[in-house]
Amino acid sequence: MSNPQQLRYSKEHEWLSAVEDGVATIGITEYAANALGDVVYAQLPEVGDTVTAGETCGELESTKSVSDLYSPVTGEVTAANQDVVDDPSLVNSAPFEGGWLFKVRVAEEPADLLSADEYTAFSGN
Amino acid sequence: MSTAPRLTALDALHRSLGATMTDFAGWDMPLRYASERDEHNAVRTRAGLFDLSHMGEITVTGPEAAAFLSYALVGNIATVGNGRARYTMIVQEDGGIVDDLIVYRLGETEYMVVANAGNAQIVLDALTARVAGFDAEVRDDRDAYALLAVQGPESPAIMKAVTDADLDGLKYYAGLPGTVAGVPALIARTGYTGEDGFELFVAPVHAEQLWRALTEAGEAHGLIPCGLSCRDTLRLEAGMPLYGHELTTALTPFDAGLGRVVKFEKEGDFVGREALTAAAERAESAPPRKLVGLIAEGRRVPRAGYPVVAVGGPDGKVIGEVTSGAPSPTLGKPIAMAYVDAAFAAPGTEGVGVDIRGTHEPYEVVALPFYKRQK
Repeated sequence: MSNPQQLRYSKEHEWLSAVEDGVATIGITEYAANALGDVVYAQLPEVGDTVTAGETCGELESTKSVSDLYSPVTGEVTAANQDVVDDPSLVNSAPFEGGWLFKVRVAEEPADLLSADEYTAFSGN
Repeated sequence: MSTAPRLTALDALHRSLGATMTDFAGWDMPLRYASERDEHNAVRTRAGLFDLSHMGEITVTGPEAAAFLSYALVGNIATVGNGRARYTMIVQEDGGIVDDLIVYRLGETEYMVVANAGNAQIVLDALTARVAGFDAEVRDDRDAYALLAVQGPESPAIMKAVTDADLDGLKYYAGLPGTVAGVPALIARTGYTGEDGFELFVAPVHAEQLWRALTEAGEAHGLIPCGLSCRDTLRLEAGMPLYGHELTTALTPFDAGLGRVVKFEKEGDFVGREALTAAAERAESAPPRKLVGLIAEGRRVPRAGYPVVAVGGPDGKVIGEVTSGAPSPTLGKPIAMAYVDAAFAAPGTEGVGVDIRGTHEPYEVVALPFYKRQK
């Protein structure tokens, strides 16, 4: 698998798009999706919620386990992906595209986000 | 204890297929190859191929083999016909379940006991201790067999392509020696999926040849390799207990709703008789918790160990515990098996929920199994 170059990554295996008009899109990486297995339920933050970098803001359930969802940045949620709520398997089939999870108006981002190459080295994938 | 995982004879093959591996009872086993839901659905609608070589085979031979097994286990093994198999259990003196087992009668005086991987040593030790005084021998054959399973409605057609054995004459819970894809095998019509299927015990050296032949024969029938993840959801839908979840040493077969496997009418004494007699009376007069099925009304998944609670009441009283839970691919909803207080165990009981990480989610109480195949 390859991690898109234009994205940045957290050590919690989330990805963050380039910030456009102050808003970034967030999802989980293909590595994380594969580790989870088939995602069957996604509880996402709601529009208007404030999320904090490194803190949980939802959960993803797969056949074998449930995992907390972390936000890689701090800010206000401007969108949650209803397609994923309706069909959580999008997280597995298109983690970097149609399986995005939520968008945040970024107030603050941590200094330790990883580049694609750094994340590939970190995750071993 | 050794920490290095044990590898099956098919380990390299699994890795070449891209399997995600997992530790299971000290074995490195395939968890899934791609999507566990696709694997689950393949077994329900077509066929799946499993490596189950972690299961523990123990051979019992000798003139008193049947009498010994009837003493050591709760079932009446003396009534198992040649070429037939029996689901049974081994218990402690206090009636607590040590393991659930399948016993295959391979010959006039030869039986094969198949134990769960995590219990194989304990079962072997117990049988070895209990055989004293019987003219019978207990042999550890764990390394003598690889075990492959073909499960699903297409499995008879796939098997017919690779063996001349009389499969039509092979009933559910029967086994016969034969040749499959050119290798000698014990062919058993057993499984743990709720579907028709076969389990093939072969020498480890033949496992890869057999796997490849079954893969090839199964291609036109939609057979795919399947891991332990879907095996768990398949057995859960079929209401089949799993040791360590629905069955433990703290429970008797009667507590688990499986008192039917205990055969008090058999000849002679057997280990656990006294305690199980009392357990049977208790289950009749003052039943403890009962094993039930739960179906979610929402989408959050109950997991083993989550409390079952009374909802709508004042205090969310704990009335039971989930033993196994998963999203059910067939029902499209989360399901669970749980032990609940007898007062809440009747199908349709109102006001039952599961405490899912602090939130009480409503659940419907149903009779097991969740899924039964059309025959």
